[in-house]
Amino acid sequence: MVKNAFSWIYHLYVDGFKGMKLGKKLWLLVAIKLFILFVVIKLLFFPNVLKENFKSDKARSNYILEQLTKGE
Amino acid sequence: MHIDPSVVDWSRAQFALTALYHWIFVPLTLGLTFIVAIMETIYVKTGDEWWKKTTKFWMGLLAINFAIGVATGIIMEFEFGTNWSNYSWIVGDIFGAPLAIEGIMAFFMESTFFTVMFFGWDKVSKKAHLISTWLVAIGSNLSALWILVANGWMQHPVGMRFNPDTARNEMVNFWDVLFNPNAYVKFLHTISSGYVLAALFVISVSSYYLLKRREIKFAKRSIMVAASFGLIVSLFNLTTGDDSARQAALSQPMKLAAMEGLYNGKSRAPIVAVGVLNPKKRYDNNESDFLFHIDVPDGLSLLGFHSFDAYVPGIKQLVLGDKEHKIESVTSKMAKGKEAVTALKAYKDAKAKGDKEAMKVALAKFNANSKYLGYGYLKKPSDVVPNVPTTFYAFHTMVACGFWFIALFVIILYLVMTNELEQKRWLLKAALWSLPLGYIAQEAGWIVAEVGRQPWAIQDMLPVNMATSNITSSPVMITFWLFAILFTALLIAEVKIMTKQIAIGPKEA
Repeated sequence: MVKNAFSWIYHLYVDGFKGMKLGKKLWLLVAIKLFILFVVIKLLFFPNVLKENFKSDKARSNYILEQLTKGE
Repeated sequence: MHIDPSVVDWSRAQFALTALYHWIFVPLTLGLTFIVAIMETIYVKTGDEWWKKTTKFWMGLLAINFAIGVATGIIMEFEFGTNWSNYSWIVGDIFGAPLAIEGIMAFFMESTFFTVMFFGWDKVSKKAHLISTWLVAIGSNLSALWILVANGWMQHPVGMRFNPDTARNEMVNFWDVLFNPNAYVKFLHTISSGYVLAALFVISVSSYYLLKRREIKFAKRSIMVAASFGLIVSLFNLTTGDDSARQAALSQPMKLAAMEGLYNGKSRAPIVAVGVLNPKKRYDNNESDFLFHIDVPDGLSLLGFHSFDAYVPGIKQLVLGDKEHKIESVTSKMAKGKEAVTALKAYKDAKAKGDKEAMKVALAKFNANSKYLGYGYLKKPSDVVPNVPTTFYAFHTMVACGFWFIALFVIILYLVMTNELEQKRWLLKAALWSLPLGYIAQEAGWIVAEVGRQPWAIQDMLPVNMATSNITSSPVMITFWLFAILFTALLIAEVKIMTKQIAIGPKEA
């Protein structure tokens, strides 16, 4: 029964993709977009500043507290 | 804190750009899922294959919009970690739960029900397919709920407590966050505006077919569904808009004053139906507020407080204070905010020294003033005044468009029911060109919501100049232009693919 369910899901996707006309172009567009977003833009330009610069949550807390009270 | 002011400006510009572009794609998906679900319901009820064809055509356009728009919102999460790291840390615990629920819900819904909806026409029973379509509609909208709960919290922070040990807001009551009046009103107003846009989209495309004298039966049926749906949801949108204004009156009075260009508070305050602001007007001079205006008497008192006699504070009173109406001045709030910042520093220093008595004293002082914390970072009282012209004109554009849409839905529905619509070519042209107005109204609504609450990243708690990261502005500038190019390319792709499919028509749906 479980095997049948997996087979059904498998064929739902495979037949669905095979039967697409415009969809193939859309998937290509989605793939290119996701590549640009996650591989190019995220990796090159969007580091998580606090995660990269501080090793622990305590260090991050101290840094933010320092920022919040710097003028005093 | 000494953050380069250009980092604040570029980070804001980048966030505005990504949010506004993201919102081109989202509302159509939110609304079109319901319209295709209604059409498919008619198909299942009647067994008429025409309705199946109609459903499949609009579902195809939904797929294009979904595919091009998907993941455009993720960029904002990148920006939180890089450009807005102080803000991300400070709000982390509040945003964590709603955004995690959104992520899980979106993933499961999109990977299961979307697949059945698009691929399952011949694989599952009619009823199972219909259930999947409805679940896609309900799921997409619930997914939007969590994002808007997070946004509502920023506009009116409730259900949390600032922990001076971790410098984070910690959730103390999830239900207060979820049922924050600002959040659920925002949710209802936002999603119903998406439904209005989707109804306009269907009517606009169908009007194009009628103008070209093709797909007549298909276009009329689509208009019948879209205009009925559009009329109901636009009236609902009007009531949620009224609730939104009331929430602004209660928790963001400065935003309401900016929306209406109200510099001097008054009882029985009128609402401006049409107006041109006086560019020389400031809260502290005696210039007149408007160069030209037509008012609806008592309208603003009624809108904001549901009473003709209610006093609505103006920008002047909100900055300078007004004892008669118990409005505290910004100068006073700034003094209390600075007390809070000083107490926070004293607490931090006492903790470092292990001085428990001093910690206790500092904490008591901080707690007494913590609700004014954000004011401690302002440089001058006028910092609390948002950009009035942008907020005013965006609000009035949105409202004018909203009333036009209601009128359009009423007229179109009447004429399609009396079978006279095809002859009214001027109206078909007006309906076709109302679609851009739908998008303008969508974006104007977000401009009111976000520009109107400046300078705050979190209302009264954290101004934007404290929320950004201590980074240089160059990478933010570069990514601003990268996003501008990427999103413009996506928008062009959307318009080209969509118009090509519309030109092909429902025959090959």
